[in-house]
Amino acid sequence: MSDVKRHKREVRNYLVGFGLAALLTIIPFAITAAGGLSRTWFDLAILLAAVVQVLVHLRYFLHIDLRHTPRENLLALGFTGVLMVLMIGGTLWIMGNLAARMMGT
Amino acid sequence: MFGRLTEDALPLYSEIAMAGAAVTVGGGLFVLAVVLWTRSLLYLWRNWLTSVDHKRIGIMYVVVALVMLLRGFVDALMMRAQQAMAMNSGGYLPPEHFDQIFSSHGTIMILFMAMPFLTGLINFVMPLQIGARDVAFPRLNLISLYLTAAGAGLVLISLVIGKFSTAGWTGYPPFSETEFSPGVGVDYWIWALIVSGVGTTLTGINFITTIVKRRAPGMTWMRLPLFAWTALCASILIVFAFPALTVAGAMLALDRSAGFHFFTNDGGGNAMHFANILWMWGHPEVYILILPAFGVFSEIVATFSSKRLFAYNSLVFATVVIALLAFTTWLHHFFTMGAGASVNTAFGITTMIIAVPTGVKVFDWLMTMYRGRIRYQTPMLWTVAFLVTFTIGGMSGVLLAVPAVDYTLHNTTFLVAHFHNMVIPGALFGFFAGYVYWFPKAFGFRLDERWGKRAFWFWVTGFYLAFMPLYALGLMGMVRRLQHYDNPDWQPYLIVAAIGAASVLCGIICMAIQLWVSIRDRERLADTTGDPWNARTLEWYSSSPPPAWNFARLPQIKGTDAFWRLKERGEAYREDENVGAISLPAHSNDGIVYGALAFVFGFSMVWHIYWLALLCFGAIAAHLIVSSFRHPTEDVIPADEVARHEHDWKTAARAGSRYDGDPLCDYRTALRKVPAQ
Amino acid sequence: MSEVDTKAHDEAEEKAYGFWLFLMSDAILFSLLFATYAIMVTATDNGPARTEIFGYWRTAANTALLLSSSLTMGLASIAICEARKAAAFQWIIVTMILALAFLVLEIQEFAGLVAQGAGPDRSGFLSAYFTLVGTHGAHVTVGLIWMAVLCLHLAMAPIGPAVQSATERLTMFWHLVGIVWIGIYSMVYLPGLYQ
Repeated sequence: MSDVKRHKREVRNYLVGFGLAALLTIIPFAITAAGGLSRTWFDLAILLAAVVQVLVHLRYFLHIDLRHTPRENLLALGFTGVLMVLMIGGTLWIMGNLAARMMGT
Repeated sequence: MFGRLTEDALPLYSEIAMAGAAVTVGGGLFVLAVVLWTRSLLYLWRNWLTSVDHKRIGIMYVVVALVMLLRGFVDALMMRAQQAMAMNSGGYLPPEHFDQIFSSHGTIMILFMAMPFLTGLINFVMPLQIGARDVAFPRLNLISLYLTAAGAGLVLISLVIGKFSTAGWTGYPPFSETEFSPGVGVDYWIWALIVSGVGTTLTGINFITTIVKRRAPGMTWMRLPLFAWTALCASILIVFAFPALTVAGAMLALDRSAGFHFFTNDGGGNAMHFANILWMWGHPEVYILILPAFGVFSEIVATFSSKRLFAYNSLVFATVVIALLAFTTWLHHFFTMGAGASVNTAFGITTMIIAVPTGVKVFDWLMTMYRGRIRYQTPMLWTVAFLVTFTIGGMSGVLLAVPAVDYTLHNTTFLVAHFHNMVIPGALFGFFAGYVYWFPKAFGFRLDERWGKRAFWFWVTGFYLAFMPLYALGLMGMVRRLQHYDNPDWQPYLIVAAIGAASVLCGIICMAIQLWVSIRDRERLADTTGDPWNARTLEWYSSSPPPAWNFARLPQIKGTDAFWRLKERGEAYREDENVGAISLPAHSNDGIVYGALAFVFGFSMVWHIYWLALLCFGAIAAHLIVSSFRHPTEDVIPADEVARHEHDWKTAARAGSRYDGDPLCDYRTALRKVPAQ
Repeated sequence: MSEVDTKAHDEAEEKAYGFWLFLMSDAILFSLLFATYAIMVTATDNGPARTEIFGYWRTAANTALLLSSSLTMGLASIAICEARKAAAFQWIIVTMILALAFLVLEIQEFAGLVAQGAGPDRSGFLSAYFTLVGTHGAHVTVGLIWMAVLCLHLAMAPIGPAVQSATERLTMFWHLVGIVWIGIYSMVYLPGLYQ
């Protein structure tokens, strides 16, 4: 592929990523401003938008690609994801349990 | 100007404190005096203190570990003496001092003895074992060493200026908050942890990158030696667990110095969350300590049974599973903190599950020994003692994994016995075994076998005498960390424990004598072939000590036990005509610069000398930026020097027998007698 | 590739991987700060709560600034990859301006909170908030300084493999900073602002 073509492809990659990310940002901000949703739906919507946007950043900005990224990088990322769930989830469960069992608070 | 540092910081309040300070300062001055008297300062500076060679850095780490072993062991002796005496009496050690001692004992042994020991062994052995020239980031490696030393320095200087923490090696709030620990002790603890923790994390990154990217051609994952596998998994644990320690320490520091309310009793603080974060680091930490020791045992068991490791695949699998599960058990350190049955049960189950892969490994090692031709030299003695003793500790662990049982045993001496029963035979015996095993590779002569065996027997006897009584005492209800007590039934057990500590002291003295005798008799004990134990892995296919460049040509790997293969086929020690010049990174001052700045930074944070802390921090940043403009210099080793070294070593190896008269270990005869694998 | 080029390439690859591992450890660090915030959200000690102290438009502005800076940093990295110095300078300077604006707004926010008695020493909730967002801000600051140093390198020599390798790492760092911000506005600001 010629240099000009590669350049255009890479710039377009960033612009597309930026566009998707912007959209996935505007949505949660708009929902927040509009109000109206129940708390649970609100939390879910924000979480979904955040997770998808993180995936967009990973794909378009960090160039993570299941086929081309070296396996050792993917393994590190995957393991980090697993640990994040364990650590954050574990903390919420444990500390929530402890808080529920505290008298008076 | 000097924050809260005043002359009150000097240890003039007690003779024992003064003695400790005198020994610390005296020890440092003594070392300096020896260096100056032998006029070796320049040599040490150029060839060791600024060396980026992983072998030198590894040796320096082990030196730090052995020095800190002495320091931490003095704490142990003092505690055992106190508890043996203090029945219905105050003993000789006042409570506040006793509390500092148990706090520094744990902090030193885990973070400044065991961690540097394993880091040193991995540093020395792993690159050789995978057929690499050095680790991925040699200068970073040196910087990590000095950050660890800076942390150790902060702990040591707390004996001389100020006091150490009395909050235990885990520093739980609210006791470790300013309200209850207003002095500098906890701050010394925090900054020692944070400074050395940064160094350790960088080492973890360094080791993972090395093993992933710098294996010799042909060394696929399932041909990697077990020690390298355990080094990789321990490094993964380091990189992913140490952030938790940093966060816990930093949050406590913010509470203490900036009035934050993470863990305070008031203001909405939650002290229990400290335990939560700390043990998210703390549990993987114990696997960081044990996995490299398991790797050492794997290598030793195979070599000294003259047999291939049994079920290599299952050993690898078990190691990886342990690394993964290590992150799922942390709550078992605080079963009694008040969580409900479902939470406690879940973590009790994960704790039991993680015992399984370790059990697999023990059976694999036993099966390696089975039908092997076992040589009971010192490294193998340590290994056998480990197999028996560690299993006992493992069983007490599975017992403690039941939350209901833990409720009666938590924070008793049963727990103290359990974890010492894991780290001493598990980690420490492994490091001692590795020390004896790889010593000839590092220095070109073996350690004296007789004194090694004497040290071993004193240590093993001492361990059992010191810790088995603690199991009984814990079941009888004795709590840990007691400065005095009034139950006369306990005293006989504690006296036995003190005798055990004395036996360990004899063991340590034997090790010191061993070192002295070995250096004195190094001609007799010389290793001319590079392979004194008739071993199987690649680090032995080099001269003792190896040249700075490790291998003249990076070897081509065709299976596990690559070196053994070469010996079996008669292909070892063939002359190599095509050796070229080799370039290596030049020595670097960076380690000392960053280490010194980190030490002063830590010290000034402890004493609230904030202008100095800011200055050091700025200097570190400035040095980082300026060094980005430097071009890394390299030393080039000319081809004929490489060729000459190769020739000399290989000639000696082909000619030499293994050691003084032991026909079994002669290179050629040994191969004929070993059963086909 | 010549032997020197292979060596430079391998070194760059090793540095990129090592740096990736460091970023993973940083992600764990932030996860713990997020977890701490989550469990301390109600620990207000009868003081200011999250429904009272956040500003919608400031948050929106900061988000826009940071997201744009991810784009401009990407364009800068393309320019450096292609050894086009002028374009690289241009995009890095824009990124620095966006980052600086972000920091100014954030420092104003913090200063304002402290002035109204809602500083980090007021309650556990505020300690957690200031530490999480402050650590992110510290990362932005480090990125800003790094960009300045990069500009110095660019000014002093033609773009070579060392600068390209370093830019690769700076870019990875900057995108992590952007990803953490997604977490911050999603878990901290918007839930606090929602009525």
